[in-house]
Amino acid sequence: MKYLGLAFSNRLFWPVVMLVALLAVNVIAVPGFLAITVNSEGHLFGSTIDIVRNGAPTLIIAVGMTLVIATRGIDLSVGSICAISGAVACSIILGSPNPDDPGVVGVAVLAALGLSLLLGVWNGFLVAVLGIQPIIATLILMTAGRGIAMLITEGNILTVESAPFKFLGSGFLVGIPVATIIGAVTIGFAALLTRRTALGLLIESVGINPEASRQAGVRARGLLFTVYAFCAVLAAIAGLILTSNQTAADANNTGLFIELDAILAVVIGGTSLNGGRYSLAGTLVGALIIQTLVTTVYTVGIPPIATMVFKAAVVTAVCLLQSPTTAAAIGRWRRRSPAPQPVAKVAVSR
Amino acid sequence: MSVALAPATGLTRAGRRIVDVFTSPKSGPVLVTAVLFVLIFVAGGLRYRGFLSGQVFLNLLIDNSYLIVLAIGMSFVIITGGIDLSVGAVVALSTIIAARLLQAGWDPTAVIAIILLVTSTLGLLVGLMIHIFKVQPFIATLAAMFLARGLCYIIAKESISIEHPFFVAMANLRIPLGGQMSVSPSVLIALVVLAIGVWVLQYTRFGRTAYAIGGGEQSGMLMGLPTSRTKVLVYVISGFCSGLAGVLYAFYTLSGYALTAVGTELDAIAAVVIGGTLLTGGYGFVLGSALGVLVLGLIQTIITFEGTLSSWWTKIFIGALLLVFIILQKVLTSRRT
Repeated sequence: MKYLGLAFSNRLFWPVVMLVALLAVNVIAVPGFLAITVNSEGHLFGSTIDIVRNGAPTLIIAVGMTLVIATRGIDLSVGSICAISGAVACSIILGSPNPDDPGVVGVAVLAALGLSLLLGVWNGFLVAVLGIQPIIATLILMTAGRGIAMLITEGNILTVESAPFKFLGSGFLVGIPVATIIGAVTIGFAALLTRRTALGLLIESVGINPEASRQAGVRARGLLFTVYAFCAVLAAIAGLILTSNQTAADANNTGLFIELDAILAVVIGGTSLNGGRYSLAGTLVGALIIQTLVTTVYTVGIPPIATMVFKAAVVTAVCLLQSPTTAAAIGRWRRRSPAPQPVAKVAVSR
Repeated sequence: MSVALAPATGLTRAGRRIVDVFTSPKSGPVLVTAVLFVLIFVAGGLRYRGFLSGQVFLNLLIDNSYLIVLAIGMSFVIITGGIDLSVGAVVALSTIIAARLLQAGWDPTAVIAIILLVTSTLGLLVGLMIHIFKVQPFIATLAAMFLARGLCYIIAKESISIEHPFFVAMANLRIPLGGQMSVSPSVLIALVVLAIGVWVLQYTRFGRTAYAIGGGEQSGMLMGLPTSRTKVLVYVISGFCSGLAGVLYAFYTLSGYALTAVGTELDAIAAVVIGGTLLTGGYGFVLGSALGVLVLGLIQTIITFEGTLSSWWTKIFIGALLLVFIILQKVLTSRRT
């Protein structure tokens, strides 16, 4: 009973249940869903591998978004930054005489990341120095960003044939997809950086009360610059993965609506949009739920026209289950039923 | 200052009043928006021939009447400290319901009634989800957005044109205002909604409760205000306005399409914020939101008059103008310290 109580009180309980339920639906529809095989080239292969690979861009952006949201901000421009970074990288690779040269790809990637860092600093400047509301400050770059990306691609879809660049999105390293590794490294890095140092605490304090934290000596301005820049760089990385996966930079469609998925992942993971406490583990679960959702649509054979309704239903279900009202109702129900059943469930650890 | 000691003359007092009004967080942003709107309009008039005319202004209203209605609903929500991301999808849903039912031979009044009922109900559900289950407005309305878009696809994937005589008449009818100027019926509807919005928000208990929720829900509740009812109702209002905006949009485009009005929610939010409403709630005017819509429309009109911009420069230009506008507003309304 104690364990069950602990599990219910954990913020991650319902998201994990939802993820398991979604996976269970898939297993029922396709019995071999969880099977992971190793193909002839030594690459891991299977539906779950697809989930962690295709979900990587959303996860990477969601990690940055978590920190931005923790400061009581929001970044709507990540989708446009995806498009810009893809456009920059592809145009540099296309412009070079030897697109298969890893050096050229390295320069292209660094240029894309550098430009995105600048864009992130710009967002940070609007929010931290000019004090513009984050949703509007980043809306500016969201609108203008697609234009900038089109300016770089001159309105064309740039198709690249470059083995090292393709490796980013669809390559494998010791059998694991490169995108997954980048995603894991990103979230691991962010967790280490913010949870093993005081940085996470400072970010949360800015989100809870900017004025109080300023008076306590927290450099809110610098922190805001940092989180927006970090989020933009992560968006650029995600953009490179997406572009490399499609082997083409499409200024209009690369990373379209990814900001909504990322915000959704963050919120499903239990981070409040009002800033303050955040959970990177929750974001991980949230991103996995969203990608599993997409996969479920295909495996279960939900007609494409009903995809959005299905998504709405799952999001609503997660939100309602996570709600304090539901928790209180369950609490009342548990107190009322006296017979303690044997409990097999184990508390979900962070 | 000497003004405080010396007997203030009427003129200096008036001057200080004006400065106070412009720097107050309540009315300042709206007034600055109005002044900037006039300035941009005049600047456009100096740069382009034929810009500074009554009809250009009226066309702003004609082209944006649906957005004005959307922004009015959005203002109610944002004043209570919430947000509604579903409005664009609900507009699309309304157009597609209209097109589909008219195609099936329904009566236009019944069609409009059904649309308003459906969208208000959707707003009610969202409001209940936010109030009872404490789901964050951003997420609850995002779910509603997915639902509305999804329903669009289920009803019809392709664009359906509307050929019903009533809708066609509403699209083409122009009400003359004299001097070769005219407006569409949609503009009148939008203005009526605007008047009702101003009245409800400024002169009714409901409106005051909405401000109170944005200012501090706890305090409002302790004062005995009906916060829960109001909080749910603002989403019903936003749903109703989105439905009405959808009908106006159907008048305007004479078609129903699942992919229409993508991103309109951001236009509406931007209009509300430009109009001086704080996203944290508690401050703002419906009239300001309507002005915000006109500013966005003006930016579009300038781009049309500029004419030679390629599609990517258009986007960059819109972003840049938005930025200039917000910075000016910020600078002009900030209190001197």
